[in-house]
Amino acid sequence: MSALTGTTRLARLVLRRDRIRLAIWILGTPLLGYALAGSVASIYPGQEARLGYATTSASSLVARAFNGPIHGTDLGAVVVAETYVTLALIVALLSTFAVTRHTRQNEETGRAELLGANVVGRYAPLTAALFVIVAANTVAAVLLAVALAGAGLPLAGSVAAAAAIGGVGVAFTAIAAVTAQLSVTARGANALAAATVGLAFVLRAAGDVFGEQSADGTRVRSAWPSWISPLGWGNQVRAFDGERWWVLALPVALLLVGVALAYALAERRDQGAGLIAPRRGPATAAPRLLSPAGLAWRMQRGTLLGWAVGVAVLGFSMGIAGDEFNDMIDANPAAAEAINAMGGGADLINAYLAAMLGLFALTIGAYVVQALLRVRGDEADGVLEAALATAVSRTRWLGTQVLAATLGAVVLLLVAGVTTGLGYGIVTGDPLGQAVELGGAALLRLPALLVIAGVVTAIFGLLPRWSVVLSWTALLVFLLLGQLGAVLELPQAALNVSPYTHVPAVPAVDPAALPLVVLAAVAAALLAVGVAAFRHRDVPS
Amino acid sequence: MPVISIGNLVKTFGAIRALDGLDLHVEQGEVHGFLGPNGSGKSTTIRILLGLLRRDSGDAQVLGADPWRDAVRLHRRLAYVPGDVSLWPNLTGGEAIDLLGQLRGGLDRRRRDELLHRFDLDPTRRCRTYSKGNRQKVAIVAAFSSPVELYVLDEPTSGLDPLMEAVFQDEVRRVKQAGATVLLSSHVLAEVEALCDRVSIIREGRTVESGTLTELRHLTRTAVTVETARPVSGLDVLPGVHDVHEVDGRTHLEVEPAHLDELLGQLIRFGVRALTSTPPTLEQLFLRHYGDDPAAAATGAPATAAAGASTATAASGAPSAPAAGSSDADAQVDAPHGGAR
Repeated sequence: MSALTGTTRLARLVLRRDRIRLAIWILGTPLLGYALAGSVASIYPGQEARLGYATTSASSLVARAFNGPIHGTDLGAVVVAETYVTLALIVALLSTFAVTRHTRQNEETGRAELLGANVVGRYAPLTAALFVIVAANTVAAVLLAVALAGAGLPLAGSVAAAAAIGGVGVAFTAIAAVTAQLSVTARGANALAAATVGLAFVLRAAGDVFGEQSADGTRVRSAWPSWISPLGWGNQVRAFDGERWWVLALPVALLLVGVALAYALAERRDQGAGLIAPRRGPATAAPRLLSPAGLAWRMQRGTLLGWAVGVAVLGFSMGIAGDEFNDMIDANPAAAEAINAMGGGADLINAYLAAMLGLFALTIGAYVVQALLRVRGDEADGVLEAALATAVSRTRWLGTQVLAATLGAVVLLLVAGVTTGLGYGIVTGDPLGQAVELGGAALLRLPALLVIAGVVTAIFGLLPRWSVVLSWTALLVFLLLGQLGAVLELPQAALNVSPYTHVPAVPAVDPAALPLVVLAAVAAALLAVGVAAFRHRDVPS
Repeated sequence: MPVISIGNLVKTFGAIRALDGLDLHVEQGEVHGFLGPNGSGKSTTIRILLGLLRRDSGDAQVLGADPWRDAVRLHRRLAYVPGDVSLWPNLTGGEAIDLLGQLRGGLDRRRRDELLHRFDLDPTRRCRTYSKGNRQKVAIVAAFSSPVELYVLDEPTSGLDPLMEAVFQDEVRRVKQAGATVLLSSHVLAEVEALCDRVSIIREGRTVESGTLTELRHLTRTAVTVETARPVSGLDVLPGVHDVHEVDGRTHLEVEPAHLDELLGQLIRFGVRALTSTPPTLEQLFLRHYGDDPAAAATGAPATAAAGASTATAASGAPSAPAAGSSDADAQVDAPHGGAR
């Protein structure tokens, strides 16, 4: 029996298990790319606007850090600058999680053992997973190239940009193949791979920040750290600016090295074992753990800390960017108009800050959904059953989870507002005042997040099996309404569905109490429905 | 007053009727075996008793209270070991035990440490690194560390080794001694035989038998082998006698316990030289109720080849006593439900 026996069958199993995920991934990435390209094209229609954008982007350190190095004034180059980092991060994380799901997670749950006892070669499960995920990246890249070209961008550049994104996916597929060998748990493998994504982002950001601006001011030549980051490689392809096709060989080379390394590690370890030994812990519980609230804190604290750090870094950078933003506005009236449309205020810098806080509120919505869906995860795992068989009422259990998610949202909103204020205050000379003002402004977004918590709770109570899908769909709908509603000129009635529509865009406008009270009331009603439904249904269901 | 009292319990999941008029009565201070094939509704019943699932109709009382309405109050008085134990992956075993105990209303620290030692469980390991058996030990230690009135154990030992099984049986006897009641769902027949005062057997959501093991044995045929001076005749027309055949001068047959007396009276006439009577094993008892063929169960035929009773017993390793006919004196006791249904 060869080490690859059974690979084809296992690949079919991967396809069968992930048919919906893969379809969303493969179709979603190009659709997102198409929508973003169209939106960028409408904001920067003329050569003059793009010249302004390119010059500002090339000179702004924040823009270099978050959008990567700009390469020229072609519409495609602007699209890449505006979308590359987002799409690359999405593809990197999707690939990472998919690899872990079909390798280490199978070992952790014991499914791999069940399969491995059959006529299945040692390398077959890993090979099958990698094959499907590389293929998914490839197909998604082809469709993305078609989408970009369909949006009116030059063909060669579209292919190069799409291949660059696909290359990021392939590179992180290779990295995840290795991390899946190292950690004993799927969570650990994902955490390692996600940390690698983070490191790659920081390296690329550093390389681009320390890069040189070209003589004409519209290009950035990245410094060496970008070259050791798989996220940086995509920029170095220079799509739409004299494509350097050979750079695409880098992710392929990494794939070969990664697969070889993963095989070598798999060969040397036992089934289910890893190279990083799990840590021991306390033999008895600390008193503060021994309540639903203590448990909820213990379960959330790591995630919350990660979010807080991410939000703080982003907030601080966005704040500092506020000053550069003023320069950018001077250079580009069209962008000013766009920002104005998003924030709706007369004072542009306040509109910018309000828009940033709005984006944070949307992002933190994902934290709320993620935190509350833990209840459903516990129910599916069977842990909820064990907990509810003790003297803890369902109301107390669910209420504690809602409270924990809400407090987490408060913390994150404060961190977002305060760090943005600090950043902006440092460049304008009033860090404390700005921190207090923007911290307060950020907290005004809380009622919208309470509605998100209410929506997830109601879904969990009424349609538990659909909790995950429906909750994320709801958040996605709110996101799309907020981001694209104005661009697509949707009717106000549709926009009103999103709680974010109703939050006053402080500091661009004055705060108003009524919408916040109404939002809080809607949230309370949704929570009441969710808790009541949960109290009356079967567990598990 | 019964600790658990269930009457005509019905629970449906969509089109599936998981419980179809189930009855279960567990008296104070007894260890009650709750048996049935996979998918017969044992876990569903237990979840209803814990107020996790809502019954469609029928009565259910636990410790004199309604398990759905009074769930929280009841849960202070009972401890539960689920069949498939899942725990918080990032807590250690020790933390999970303390947490479950505290949420139930407190645990006896001395007992907890003693149980950890007896079950040889390392409490510093993360729950995600435990094997199935070790996860089960966590739930068992957490349950037995709490001094409660009722222990609800859903296949608690399916992942334990024989040494741990013995420790588990000790613990069940200890809580019984202390006056607690135990509902024990199990497929380990030796464990049932060793621990249970009474058992209820369910099948397809209904209770098919309930009583002591001795009582249940009388619902199944006894295998008899007899050697006589003169050839036997006319046995197959006797009531309750089945499957008469002759091998090497010995006559093999099966008889319903209620008719053993008449059979012996008839045999004496042929001059009995040797006689062996094998009572039904627990295995046969269960196979009869678990098997796919309800008709066979109704007529009392063991699901396995009846003639091989003693060999089947030896091979299965279940406790059994191939005994002389005299040991069947209790065959005179009337079967509790008027014989085989």
